[in-house]
Amino acid sequence: MSRLRQLWVCYRLQLKVMMFSPFEGFLQVFFPLMFATAALLVYRVNNDPDAMLFAGIGAAAMGIFTSQTTTAATLVQRERRAGTLELVLAAPTPFAFVVLPSTFAMATLGLYSVVAVILWDWWLFDLPLQVENWPGFVLSILMATFTIALFGFLLSVTVVRYRTAWALGSALEYPGWLLCGFVVPLSFLPGWALPLSWALAPTWGVAAMRASAAGESPWFDLAVCLGVGLAYAVLAAWLGVRLIDSARRNATLALT
Amino acid sequence: MSATGGTAAVEARDLRRTFKTKQGSVLRPTRTTVEAVKGVSFEIAPGELFGLLGPNGAGKTTTIKMLITLLIPTSGSATVLGHDVVTDVREVRRRIGYVFGGDRGLYERLSGLDNLRYFSELYGVAPRDQKARIGSLLELVGLTGREGERVEGYSRGMRQRLHIARGLLHDPDVLFLDEPSIGIDPVGARELRATIAGLREQGKTVLLTTHYMFEADELCDRIAVIRAGEIVAEGTPAELKRLVTSGRVLEVETYGVAGEVVDSVRDVAGVRTVAVEDRGPLQVLVVGSEPDTEVTQSVLARMGDTRVGRVSHRDPSLEDAYVELVTGAGA
Ligand SMILES: Nc1ncnc2c1ncn2[C@@H]1O[C@H](COP(=O)(O)OP(=O)(O)OP(=O)(O)O)[C@@H](O)[C@H]1O
Ligand SMILES: [Mg+2]
Repeated sequence: MSRLRQLWVCYRLQLKVMMFSPFEGFLQVFFPLMFATAALLVYRVNNDPDAMLFAGIGAAAMGIFTSQTTTAATLVQRERRAGTLELVLAAPTPFAFVVLPSTFAMATLGLYSVVAVILWDWWLFDLPLQVENWPGFVLSILMATFTIALFGFLLSVTVVRYRTAWALGSALEYPGWLLCGFVVPLSFLPGWALPLSWALAPTWGVAAMRASAAGESPWFDLAVCLGVGLAYAVLAAWLGVRLIDSARRNATLALT
Repeated sequence: MSATGGTAAVEARDLRRTFKTKQGSVLRPTRTTVEAVKGVSFEIAPGELFGLLGPNGAGKTTTIKMLITLLIPTSGSATVLGHDVVTDVREVRRRIGYVFGGDRGLYERLSGLDNLRYFSELYGVAPRDQKARIGSLLELVGLTGREGERVEGYSRGMRQRLHIARGLLHDPDVLFLDEPSIGIDPVGARELRATIAGLREQGKTVLLTTHYMFEADELCDRIAVIRAGEIVAEGTPAELKRLVTSGRVLEVETYGVAGEVVDSVRDVAGVRTVAVEDRGPLQVLVVGSEPDTEVTQSVLARMGDTRVGRVSHRDPSLEDAYVELVTGAGA
């Protein structure tokens, strides 16, 4: 009970930190919008409504992925720079419960960019979402957001130990777009890349979104998505304990 | 030594910590090892206010970080309230507070109040106690009325006060204060000293580091002086003062004193230490002597054509003792 309250208070305060300035909020939607626009402009050439829907949904999910991977990786680095990393680690609360609320605060912002992209597509490209299964679609968006948050959680934990790991997070942004099949179907990828795609939860999340829109059953994709996401959480929790120990041994908590 | 382990609030046994750092380019890195702490042992009794003094880079912060579980010792061991700092991390963290100097360690984008609320959650302050606790701490550090403002607009001293409030949130039994008075104005520093003295009255155990000797002299029950990672002296402030220059200290005010003069004063029989302090337009020659020797006449005889002002004697201060200890003059 008090743990839930703790997570909730920390979530709200972290959200406050992230929604600090309207300018940053603007950037949060601006980049995904531009990416979505570029993707849709390319697809419009073909004049194929199915392809447009494919890209429209993918572009929306891309927004969450982009905002999550880059900010999740810089999150811990920012705490280190502010000198708060040592303080939260010296607290009796396990570190996972410190990072989770932050990750979910980011996911909330990601959700906001999904909605923005969908509205934008509608308005600019006259591309109304033709969704057969609305409950499934909404659930898929939430699941995609949730698992991307868990992916961000995994990234954050590694940054505790490896000071430069935040760069890895930024580097994952563009390959992630391709590997998750946001704007290009997975069937275009070389065979060796597929296992990588399957290991990324957003791949399944966006597949579930598309299945719901097309009126197919999203349940298989959703289940796999959840499974992969939970695997991230377990891995992060397991790694977290070890990496923090290693950080205490190697003195990488502080900047100096 | 470990026979007393059960009763001490903080016990460090032969703590050592080395750091490996990389320098140079990525292609040709050179690794160096810094021995920051080289076998430090001490005990702090419950309710004691213990000072750890030493020059920059002596290893004070490193020692504290090992005690508060942020760094794992390279070797040696330590306990806080009987809990091992390596194996019993949760129990240690629950019972200690940590305040460091400087203006980092706060969420700039949150208000002072939100900062305290956030850390209250992380430090497990019971929800129903939080409001009253935060209110009384804001009062204690003199931030009442400013708590709603964002920390990015706080002055340095205000941040430092907020830090102190943060460290006390969960009412810890043992407090580690690493230069808590840095950047605080004289009135605030005096209030802070009163606050720290108040903590001791409440029965808290405090480990304090500071570069202000009068602060240490006023507050500490016992002091350890650490130099280059090793403790070179330990005792009450009075004992430390006695340990070194037992003679009185001669102070000669001058309006500029040449290096050769200072050197020649050093050669006077019976003189142990010579230091030059700037006080406004004056340069004061501070001469420590051996016990029961009178060096005033011989020192003044060496002044040559130096313009000399007031000449006075005083008892050695903690600062004199400290300077002698860390420069190794007395050893
Ligand atoms: N993370 C680190 N990596 C490498 N070297 C370090 C690290 N932390 C401290 N050191 C080195 O260890 C030595 C002791 O540093 P420490 O911060 O403990 O000194 P201090 O006594 O607290 O000094 P100050 O009075 O300046 O605060 C210094 O030489 C410092 O450069
Ligand atoms: Mg220090």
